Amino acid sequence: MTELLNIENISVHFPSPGGRVVRAVQDVSLSIAEGETLALVGESGSGKSTLGYTVAGLQPPTSGTLRFEGVPLTSRTWPAARRKIQIVFQDPFGALDPRMPISSTIAEPLLIQRIGTSASRMARAEELVQQVGLPRDALNRYPHEFSGGQRQRIAIARALSPNPRLIVADEPLSALDVSIQSQVLNLMKEVQEKLGLSYLFISHDLAVVNHLVDRVAVLYLGRLVEVGPREALFGKPAHPYTEALLASVPRIGRKRARNAGAIKGEMPSPLNPPTGCVFHTRCPRAQPMCSEVVPVLEAVAGQGAHQAACHFKE
Amino acid sequence: MRRFILQRIGQAALVLLVMSFVIYSLIGLMPGDPLDVMIASNPGATPEVVARLRAIYGLDQPLMYRYGHWLLAAVQGDLGFSRTHSQPVLEVLAPALWVTCKLMLASFVISVSLSLILGISAALRPGGIVDGIINLGAFAGISVPVFWLALMMILVFAVKLHLLPASGIANIDDGGFVDHLRHLIMPVATLALANTGGFTRFVRASMIETLRMDHIRTARAKGNAEGRVVLVHALRNAMIPVVTVMALSFGTLFSGALLTETMFAQPGMGKMIYDSILSNDFNLALSGLLFATLVTLLSNLAADLAYGWLDPRMSR
Repeated sequence: MTELLNIENISVHFPSPGGRVVRAVQDVSLSIAEGETLALVGESGSGKSTLGYTVAGLQPPTSGTLRFEGVPLTSRTWPAARRKIQIVFQDPFGALDPRMPISSTIAEPLLIQRIGTSASRMARAEELVQQVGLPRDALNRYPHEFSGGQRQRIAIARALSPNPRLIVADEPLSALDVSIQSQVLNLMKEVQEKLGLSYLFISHDLAVVNHLVDRVAVLYLGRLVEVGPREALFGKPAHPYTEALLASVPRIGRKRARNAGAIKGEMPSPLNPPTGCVFHTRCPRAQPMCSEVVPVLEAVAGQGAHQAACHFKE
Repeated sequence: MRRFILQRIGQAALVLLVMSFVIYSLIGLMPGDPLDVMIASNPGATPEVVARLRAIYGLDQPLMYRYGHWLLAAVQGDLGFSRTHSQPVLEVLAPALWVTCKLMLASFVISVSLSLILGISAALRPGGIVDGIINLGAFAGISVPVFWLALMMILVFAVKLHLLPASGIANIDDGGFVDHLRHLIMPVATLALANTGGFTRFVRASMIETLRMDHIRTARAKGNAEGRVVLVHALRNAMIPVVTVMALSFGTLFSGALLTETMFAQPGMGKMIYDSILSNDFNLALSGLLFATLVTLLSNLAADLAYGWLDPRMSR
């Protein structure tokens, strides 16, 4: 598989009142191959959405490089890459312009890129509306006339309109009813198979992740703590945080494991991250060295693709 | 939508009817009647003559009867005769209304355009320097009384600098288009400045709120240039409440216009209503006040229609 997107040492910092700095994303390197789905998981505040926004071009990185199809993305190369990287947001109720009919919402990316004529753009919108399973007459209607699931379909159609190679999906299901979630999830899979898209799928719902993705990257406090193929990572997590994350998923028929919820307390503030390994304040395996030495992301023994940043990875 | 419009027009007509009765009664209950003024200027009038005149004018009839009589004629388009002007009311009213409308429309257009530019500029960086300066100006505009502003304008531009005429609508020896325009500048500027402050605050607040919405982020993600994000996506949505407020402000604008007219001695509705009440010219005062009511009602109707037209969530 050829690599579509490379995230190279990306950091995103935000200034905070009092001259302090929020380190939302710190030194993250990842790559997404063509046709691949990479999940970005982590708690609220782990920086997964921020990283997603950076990939979608909505949040410039403080340092590091994004490389798309081998070309570094700068203010000069972004406009052309724009049509190939699109994003679907979490909240379908807010994400669509209430004063724009669906047809214009879907066709707008093409208009901005000056692709086709207004007739061909409308034809494209019509095609997309049907592709995402909405009736043709949806085109002349406005967002408020649709339910959450339908709006998310519209958002997907909008993201698809300029024929992108990568779609950043920022928790696209979490605002939807469970019954609708599977429909939208299936639509996303279907579209991917048909068009060979790549997804950067941001989620905290591990069940959904397990259903859809090829590889998983785990973020904690803005750092990448573990990344690997889905089976390897879910089957045998190497980082204690991933382990705890997996143990926290409730399962029918399974008694609550004794060590479930082994991590205590809240995530520390990204304004003032712990020294050494950022997870040491909550880690059951923590040793004195963990508060001093920052662990590097290294391959788990015997597996090249599965990497974890832990001094005591299993 | 059609039903809604008809309903609103019906309501407006009803309000107009009630207002006509209230105004008629208030004027009728005022001490003195038109004849008192006539008698005052004619010492030779005997009580018999006065009584005869009262009967001719129908002033000896009860108030309700007089109102019914007036209403019947009014619905047929006859608003009566102005006693002081010795002309039909409509012929006195029309030129005055034209003066006032010119003043209102010109200042409305100016204050809307100005407030859009200022409000959007301020909303781009809330809390920034531009925002601070515009806010300060807006609050000054809201706080300054119209009559004081008018006086200061006259003092500076007419008395000190001799740039503009202080009052009236035209010079006797000129009266051309440019002359009319020159006479309009100060009244229009006064009225416009008084409204721009409030409008700017509304545009700013609405734009800030809209720019924080999620769909603005979507618009950016689509690759829209920032200008298009602000002017197409944000402004179109921010205008929904703003247009309503602006349309509703037409009523206040009318009263502001009356004040401005008085300050700059423009022969508009304000002066006309004032003079007609002082000289007991009942028919003229009544019609003038009713037209003022009508303007307010129409602006309310326009606000409702604009809202339905702008917001797709309302119209269907």
